[in-house]
Amino acid sequence: MKRLRYALYAGCTAKQSTPELWKSTMAVADKLGIELVDLKEATCCGASHLRDFDAFLSMVLNARNICYAEMKNLDMVTICNTCQNNIAFVKAKLDEDAQLRLEVNEHLAEIGLKYRGTSSVRHFMYALIEDYGLDNLAKKVVKPLKNINIAPFYGCHNIRPFHIQSGFNMGENSFHPTGLDNLILALQGKPVEYAYKNRCCGFHVDLQAPKTADKLTGLALADATDNGADMVVTPCPLCQLNMDVKQKSASKAVAREIKLPVLHLTQLIGLAIGINPKDLGLEHNLVQYGLKEIIS
Amino acid sequence: MEKKRITFKVFRFNPAVDDLPHYESYVMEVKKDALVLDILNRIKWEFDGSFTYRRSCRHGICGSCSIRVNGKVVLSCKENVFELTDIFGDLLVLEPQNKQKVIKDMVIDRVDFWNKYTEVKPFLVAKYDEHPEVEARVSPDEASLMLDSDICIQCANCYSVCPSVRVNEKYYGPAAFVKAYRFIVDTRDHNKKERIDIINEPEKGVWDCVKCYKCAEVCPKGVNPIEKITLLHNQVFKEGRAKNNVATRHAIGFKKSIQKNGFLDEGFLVRYSEGIFGTMKHLREAFDMFRRGKIKMPWNMPSKPKKMNEIKQLIKVASKIECRRKW
Repeated sequence: MKRLRYALYAGCTAKQSTPELWKSTMAVADKLGIELVDLKEATCCGASHLRDFDAFLSMVLNARNICYAEMKNLDMVTICNTCQNNIAFVKAKLDEDAQLRLEVNEHLAEIGLKYRGTSSVRHFMYALIEDYGLDNLAKKVVKPLKNINIAPFYGCHNIRPFHIQSGFNMGENSFHPTGLDNLILALQGKPVEYAYKNRCCGFHVDLQAPKTADKLTGLALADATDNGADMVVTPCPLCQLNMDVKQKSASKAVAREIKLPVLHLTQLIGLAIGINPKDLGLEHNLVQYGLKEIIS
Repeated sequence: MEKKRITFKVFRFNPAVDDLPHYESYVMEVKKDALVLDILNRIKWEFDGSFTYRRSCRHGICGSCSIRVNGKVVLSCKENVFELTDIFGDLLVLEPQNKQKVIKDMVIDRVDFWNKYTEVKPFLVAKYDEHPEVEARVSPDEASLMLDSDICIQCANCYSVCPSVRVNEKYYGPAAFVKAYRFIVDTRDHNKKERIDIINEPEKGVWDCVKCYKCAEVCPKGVNPIEKITLLHNQVFKEGRAKNNVATRHAIGFKKSIQKNGFLDEGFLVRYSEGIFGTMKHLREAFDMFRRGKIKMPWNMPSKPKKMNEIKQLIKVASKIECRRKW
């Protein structure tokens, strides 16, 4: 198999409040023989908030981010759903609208760059599924996740809006997504079927409307619990933060006692392919309830 | 024509006789071109005359026949049954648009939707001469500002899937914002500032949008409500109507942080958005994260991106909106 190489857009969260995402991504890529070239020139994607304040600025900054992947002749992979949403949104807009591309390139010319549209922008999860292949991943499993009920939590921005993300996630149906379920199956875990798996954790209003965010996170965790989950897994560090760090307040918001470990996707893959839990930063996860027994 | 045997598990509730809702199954041979509305009709005509649902135009215009199929909210008269079985298999679960507001079978109470819709003043407010010499002209360019916001049929699909509406009954919801946007950009309207202030209210207004993009997925007319919600956020800043609060500082904080560091300084964003007292609310979580080594004190600042001068230059030339107040 040809060695896979990607430009990694790590985002801000992996380098700050979720160090375990950075560690586990690097460890998994290393073990699978995938080369991730960190985009050291990249800025923050601005999330939806910069777009709310100044949509054009958000577009130009993200076009610049893509430029650096293009200059390395590499496809870009993201490890945060919101980064994925923003950068793929910009790419889709620039690729379909020649007038906008012209205007953005006029601004990029000021710093000697040009958006060409040659690099694709995918979440690492879908790059793994599409390029590495689930069959190949299954062959790497040395510690099958047998008898573990794993609730997949997709996170909004990897699957919606469909008209944009479907171009980067193999046409995942946002009403009935299967990618993460299939990944869990490849690791020989049991995916939990529950209604909240493709719903919202409310992270984007954590600051201005904490009650809304807590309640949404709580409802999702409660639904996963009620359907027999031993743990939750998500490809999005923002969902992970809400479900793990804020699990206490989220439980309170729905008047439930919830104790559910929430793993990053790369942590879960890492466990199955035999990476040491320490190298996956598992000690950073706040909710450790039952985790040791589950993974032993 | 191709036919298929499909089981429909249907939500039934008649308050006159039922204590609780229940499900009944109906098995039918369904033709390839059947719409969900055809199935609703067949249940009533072939199985149970008491089955109740809203329907009227059958042309995707009246917006009354929306229901849920396997959780996906659809306008019955536009949705092909085979396309649904392609996604969900040959057992389809039919439920009302919102089970919490059911009156009978598929019929729900939409009074909250309409009340909020009314609050954004979904009509033109203009003080024109009643006997004008010339008509109030709108150029094609001006009309194009509305995008597709005037083709909403008020089916409430977006409203019924909105997570923010689900947990916060004050929140106006996507359809009302689309209508607000439609009149804010209408050059004949004289009420722009007041309209912006309505959608700018904390708890009720656009700042409580959770950015899940569900509204964009379920609109049978392809209106893309979240696109209008983003444009409304932009209008609030552009027209200088932004209040100094957590939500607006949260948006501005991203620009400030990128300008200074290139990346988002998460610690700064919380302090800047919440203020000193607000930040105290997060101390417990911060302590938990510190204990687990997730964050370091004072803060695990990553190194700034390479070519910081480029980023500063780009922000200088590409900024379209400046914050008018110094916060």
